[in-house]
Amino acid sequence: MSQHPFAGFADPALCRRLLTRLEQALSDIPGRRMRFMEVCGTHTVSIFRSGLRSLLPAGVEHLSGPGCPVCVTHDAEVAAFLDMAGRDGVILATFGDLLRVPGPGGHTLKHAQAQGARIEIVYSPLDALTLAAANPSATVVFLAIGFETTAPTVAATLMLADQRKLDNFCIFSLHKLVPPALRALLDDARTGDAPACGIDAFLLPGHVSTILGLAPYAFLPEEYGVPAVVGGFEPADILLALCLMAEQLRDKKPAVVNAYPRAVGDEGNPRARSLLEEYFMPADALWRGIGRIPLSGLGLRPAYTHRDAAQRLNITLPEVPPLPGCRCGDVLRGRLTPPQCPLFGKVCTPASPVGPCMVSTEGSCAAYFKYGIPA
Amino acid sequence: MEDCILLDAGSGGRASQRLIADCFQRHFSNTILNRMDDAAQLEMDMQGPLAMSTDSYTVTPLFFPGGSIGTLAVHGTVNDVSMLGARPRFLSCAFIIEEGLPVETLERIVKDMAEAAQHAGVQIVTGDTKVVQRGACDRIFINTTGIGVITADPAPSGHNAKPGDVVLVSGAMGDHGLTIMAHREGLSFLSDVQSDSAPLNNMLQNVLHAVEEVHVLRDPTRGGLATTLNEIAQQSEVSIVLEESAIPVHESVRSGCSFLGLDPLYLANEGKCICILPAADADAALEAMRKSPYGREAAIIGRVEEGKPQVRLTTPIGGQRLLGMLEGAQLPRIC
Repeated sequence: MSQHPFAGFADPALCRRLLTRLEQALSDIPGRRMRFMEVCGTHTVSIFRSGLRSLLPAGVEHLSGPGCPVCVTHDAEVAAFLDMAGRDGVILATFGDLLRVPGPGGHTLKHAQAQGARIEIVYSPLDALTLAAANPSATVVFLAIGFETTAPTVAATLMLADQRKLDNFCIFSLHKLVPPALRALLDDARTGDAPACGIDAFLLPGHVSTILGLAPYAFLPEEYGVPAVVGGFEPADILLALCLMAEQLRDKKPAVVNAYPRAVGDEGNPRARSLLEEYFMPADALWRGIGRIPLSGLGLRPAYTHRDAAQRLNITLPEVPPLPGCRCGDVLRGRLTPPQCPLFGKVCTPASPVGPCMVSTEGSCAAYFKYGIPA
Repeated sequence: MEDCILLDAGSGGRASQRLIADCFQRHFSNTILNRMDDAAQLEMDMQGPLAMSTDSYTVTPLFFPGGSIGTLAVHGTVNDVSMLGARPRFLSCAFIIEEGLPVETLERIVKDMAEAAQHAGVQIVTGDTKVVQRGACDRIFINTTGIGVITADPAPSGHNAKPGDVVLVSGAMGDHGLTIMAHREGLSFLSDVQSDSAPLNNMLQNVLHAVEEVHVLRDPTRGGLATTLNEIAQQSEVSIVLEESAIPVHESVRSGCSFLGLDPLYLANEGKCICILPAADADAALEAMRKSPYGREAAIIGRVEEGKPQVRLTTPIGGQRLLGMLEGAQLPRIC
């Protein structure tokens, strides 16, 4: 069995040293408390799966924010793509984890598939383009979901669709942008009616930051005084990021820091961003549990509306009532930990999820349920 | 023979007879089958209670690196019978074939089955063929039933895990599940993974000879190691505690899973077993496994404790977490 290439980042001795460093910084913070929020599904899973959660010093509290693209997809968006799936002549191409997300009435793409809808799981938007080429008489709709990480690939796919003159390819843009959501969370914490979630620091998403770089997060320390550290995904990466956050809090010097330089350049990926900007522009978006956040999504630019599945199929986002009893919104805002939701583990389980945080493997409720903390 | 299987071949008439003679009998030939009576007459060459198991096989693709639906149909049932501490001896086999299946494809599958049976030391002694209309099944479904004599006393069972026992696996986890996914979805970057489809009967007989007592034998097929261990924890009402870094996983599988957001501990295996037995016998069992070509990477991965029926994992960095049951199929993630 050969060594894992990143095994060094899970080295027990290194992790112990970082934990000691974290405890030292923490002991000099008033109240010895640090509530940090991550906003990336991969961080959520890594923190649980590595067992890191069980090793965090008392006073370090982990909140799992709106970092799973499936979880933040709004009911109205789910209703809209279920509608698309049912249309004649449509092949819906989607990443696998959207298949089980329940829309209004509990219906999912799996149900649509059982009723005869053509739904294909793809691993890349380019696979959807291949489908479009192979099925010239069908309209292939790609469910374009994800944050800034996945959106440039979709833009590249649109570029190829133009080059290859594949007019039967279109997308339903469900993209969301991370920085506007972070601002909304902090505003919510300041003004919210429920107990403020009190985020002391952000663990910034490693993948999204490879595209964005550091500049879009500058408002976090500048306007809100909140430390923000870009972190990688191995245990030592995350621990280092936590140390840097705690040290910023201790020194009262909040800043945006890159603790994942082996993947993230401070400038991000300007080429990917320019491709993104060629096809997309910021648009208001609906986030499950949070609602409408101004300019937090991506819409196609006017020159590319022929690639907009909603326009082509004449589908608008319906008004949908919230899921009864589901507190995913509060979980995503850090107001509630999953076990505090009355449905958690009782009515709502991975086998019969009520809300999206339980559906996606990267959802915080699913992670709590699956990995738990052994009693 | 025709180039492809027609509905006639399942009619019981001459076309059926031709298919049986030219394909099944030619490859599976043995004195019991060759009598061509309505049922097979079986003589057991040793005393003891019998173990019997049945399983149906449907897989896409039909052929994959490391095996085929044919090898699975033999190995799967041979292994199920073996998990009761039995020596599998005879298999039945029933085919449901979609009309239009190329005869060449059927022959390849039958040949794989014949070779797998011979290698495992079992005979295919009775069978059946049905041909259904196009669309009524996906090319070919195979059912096999196996029967064998139980040599272990008492027979291993999922109910027998006891506090103080140790948990062994016979090799690396997840090879088969990831191979099938890679080839079904055309994931070319996973070209170096290969199914572990293999018969475990001889290895397990050697293990049973080498030790006083084996409490549990299970093959972690669908749902993988995690799901099977949870079943054992519930059946035996014990806690199972694993050392994550001790669980063998091939690097190609680990990195492929990491890329796709899958967990190798939930992926199917078709040539591996879990063995739970008293600590005093662990080294002897490990040695017996490692002597087999199918057990070279065998390892002790954990222990059984008193407590809640759950599986806990100590992670490489010393953290603790639950290893829960799988809910439905694993779906590849977005980013």
